[in-house]
Amino acid sequence: MAKVFIYPTTSLILSDLVSRFGHEPLGSALGIRERIQTAGFDSPPLQVTPEEPKKGLRWAAVEVPSGVRGRMAFIGPQIEEAEAAIIINDADLAFGCMGCARTNELVMFLLRHRRIPVLDLTYPKSEEEGEIFVAAIREFLEKLPKGGKAE
Amino acid sequence: MTEKVRIAELACGPEYSGVQKEINDAAAAVGAEIFFPDISLKDVKRDLTLFGLDVRSPDLKLAIARAKELVEGRIEADAVFIATCFRCAEAAIVRNELRRYIVENSPLPVVSYSFTERTTSGTLLTRMEALTTIARRRALLAREVQEGTTLGLDSGSATTKAIVMRDNRIIGKGWLPTTEVLKSADEAIALALAEAGVKREEIQAVGTTGYGRYLVGEHIHADLIQEELTVNSKGAVYLADHQHGPCTVIDIGGMDNKAITVHDGIPGTFTMGGICAGASGRFLEMTAKRLGVEITELGPLAMKGLATRVPMNSYCIVFGTQSLVNALAAGSSREDVAAAACHSVAEQVFEQQLQEVDIKEPVIMVGGTSLISGLVHAMGTLLKTEILVPPHSQHIGAVGSALLASGFIREKR
Repeated sequence: MAKVFIYPTTSLILSDLVSRFGHEPLGSALGIRERIQTAGFDSPPLQVTPEEPKKGLRWAAVEVPSGVRGRMAFIGPQIEEAEAAIIINDADLAFGCMGCARTNELVMFLLRHRRIPVLDLTYPKSEEEGEIFVAAIREFLEKLPKGGKAE
Repeated sequence: MTEKVRIAELACGPEYSGVQKEINDAAAAVGAEIFFPDISLKDVKRDLTLFGLDVRSPDLKLAIARAKELVEGRIEADAVFIATCFRCAEAAIVRNELRRYIVENSPLPVVSYSFTERTTSGTLLTRMEALTTIARRRALLAREVQEGTTLGLDSGSATTKAIVMRDNRIIGKGWLPTTEVLKSADEAIALALAEAGVKREEIQAVGTTGYGRYLVGEHIHADLIQEELTVNSKGAVYLADHQHGPCTVIDIGGMDNKAITVHDGIPGTFTMGGICAGASGRFLEMTAKRLGVEITELGPLAMKGLATRVPMNSYCIVFGTQSLVNALAAGSSREDVAAAACHSVAEQVFEQQLQEVDIKEPVIMVGGTSLISGLVHAMGTLLKTEILVPPHSQHIGAVGSALLASGFIREKR
């Protein structure tokens, strides 16, 4: 089983696809769940405190907006943990949406520098493209090692 | 129980910056509640196309669509709070355009703010209070004439001011530096009462404003405790005899600055900056001290100088002062240095705050710094307009408080 980073990180469809093929999806739901389930925080809605943007300094400098750094506190560790990644470019908002374009640029850059297997796809615009899209994801996921670290 | 003021939030980034709770807390502290307008994906796509600003960030797209739904009346709100990350260029464009769009196309009061992870509910409190006051107390703000005998107190960060008014006239003034908040308030009130020849028992209603408004308000049993954005707007249009139509009020204070666009005496949009001391009256105080003159002499001195003769390397209160000291050491005249200091403050307010409001003429400058003629001149030059400084402009908050407090006399009867 490989840890597969998904982009957009909020995409439930992508997360589900990764799980179905026997891998562990790394998306924003994980980070948010961890915070929401951690006792002691009282910073609704996401239980993000001003400490997160400080943790985000690991990936972005202090002059980078706090929203980018706060998001990186969630996403950054997952990028470092990822053994593979699926990136869907120009995805429809309904497919999954990441709020900040600057964070997205940084996420893409960091992913491509990890030198892990990355599947780069464009969001399908027709049913036919949709079938090719799902097939490509399936093929990519099937090639990833099931038992250990991705090659 | 008074119904809560519903403030629609249009935002990008506050939850990931860890400040959404601070925004909620600030609203709750003034009897308001924050809500996120609920819209469908279809609305987002349609509204974005219609609005015509092609931004990349989905949260900003959502903010644009929410603004459009509010303006077109499909979602109801009492006020709007626009919040985006500090230092984000894309968000700054959206924030500015949304504020302008809402102001031009709806009666909703709007405040916009760029936050960092250090933003606290305390920082936002005055802005939220102003927003709820405009939404909830329009009748109070519509008051144009002072009635009876009232007292207004402005407990500011640098100075405390008291005003006694009777039948639409100022009859007593008190002014002194703020040291111990309550002691300064008591002394300012005593000065104003003495000048007016009025006993405390004769005062029919009391209003407080400024940083110490809550503490002093409780201490002197004020009828009205009100933030300075709305109070200063009222005071400014009242003293400038410009109670109808549009105008802009600028108040460069000891600790922060306010720029407020006003229509018929009611604030529309406003900005309140307190990030840098170099854009405050403190910088001018320090300059006056370094030049060995009283703050009251700085303005006339600056009027005789030329700011362009002194290179200013920084807006910072420390490094800016260093530039002035270097200029003096290099032989610059005190007049030029005074002018450069005034220009530096005016330019910083112009660049960093006035861009966030749409300047409407006449421009009225108020607060203690409005008495520094060099600063008023520098601001007028930058805005290419003649600035109006009303009489008693240094007492603006106290006058506004006394004026608005008279609305409570009838209630008491």
